[in-house]
Amino acid sequence: MAEHTEHSHGTMASLMIGFALAAILTIIPFYLVMGEVDMTANAKIGWIMGLGAVQIIVHLVFFLHVNKNVEEGWTLTATIFSVVILGIVLAGSMWVMHNMNENMMPAHEMEQQIEQMRSLQSQEG
Amino acid sequence: MIEPGADRPMHHAREAHAHETEHQHHSPTPIGFWIYLMSDCIIFGTLFATYAVLGYSYAGGPSPADLFEPSFVAWETGLLLFSSITFGLAMLQADKRNVNGALMWLSVTAAFGLGFIAMEIYEFNHLIHIGAGPDRSAFLSAFFALVGTHGLHVTGGLIWLFTLMVQIKTHGLTPANNQRLGTLSMFWHFLDLVWIGVFSFVYLVRLV
Repeated sequence: MAEHTEHSHGTMASLMIGFALAAILTIIPFYLVMGEVDMTANAKIGWIMGLGAVQIIVHLVFFLHVNKNVEEGWTLTATIFSVVILGIVLAGSMWVMHNMNENMMPAHEMEQQIEQMRSLQSQEG
Repeated sequence: MIEPGADRPMHHAREAHAHETEHQHHSPTPIGFWIYLMSDCIIFGTLFATYAVLGYSYAGGPSPADLFEPSFVAWETGLLLFSSITFGLAMLQADKRNVNGALMWLSVTAAFGLGFIAMEIYEFNHLIHIGAGPDRSAFLSAFFALVGTHGLHVTGGLIWLFTLMVQIKTHGLTPANNQRLGTLSMFWHFLDLVWIGVFSFVYLVRLV
């Protein structure tokens, strides 16, 4: 059964460790939102995103068996490559669109600013 | 590239070159399928980016706090996580060449998957019914596009799962069926992985 050692489907132990970790990493963020936790909103958001990222790694390692030995490391290489692309797409979109929103002033704010400029000018003059 | 019995001639080749154990020629399907999954991952990435950009554009309509219920999402998450575990158990049974054990755990997986899809259809139907459909605001368009794409993948996975269960029932755990089972396992775990992003970023972060 050479095929089985090559494409490992993991063991009962690795499956159960993965399950336990995934369960803990799922329960904590839900508790942060559903329970009455004394924490700032930003801290909660940080924890939820951080724990989500950790759980994604747990799934990759324990359920998808991504490691440097599978397929001579090409699985891991492909994964890292897509993570880089995802980082560029996500961070780039948010960065560009945030700047655009900052520079595109809503119409009513623009009118307010014109009013302010006029009143300043009349005070000076 | 799944050809029934394709590794039989290869097996002979393997026996002929038994000394070349270090560089055995095995099927390119797992790595090929993984590259498909990674490209799928980028599709989801662009949908997540769309949600990140448009998620605060309500057009005077409802916001996440008005629409989402964390306990509902917790149930969906639980169903999907359990289905991932039961698929893992099915794989372990298949490794032991236990056809009935594998089929039993695959049925449990299918039941959890169907439960998840039923909850999602209920949620979408409810949202559209109360006037919070994808046409209401940019936020809801992005929400339906992302969560809907994930739901369609799970539906596709379920169809694949049912087809494969019939195949295994009829032909047993042949090399071809084992390969199909292996790729479906990757697909199924991958969808659970994408769901981590959905429940964290689409639902929970917006309910803080």
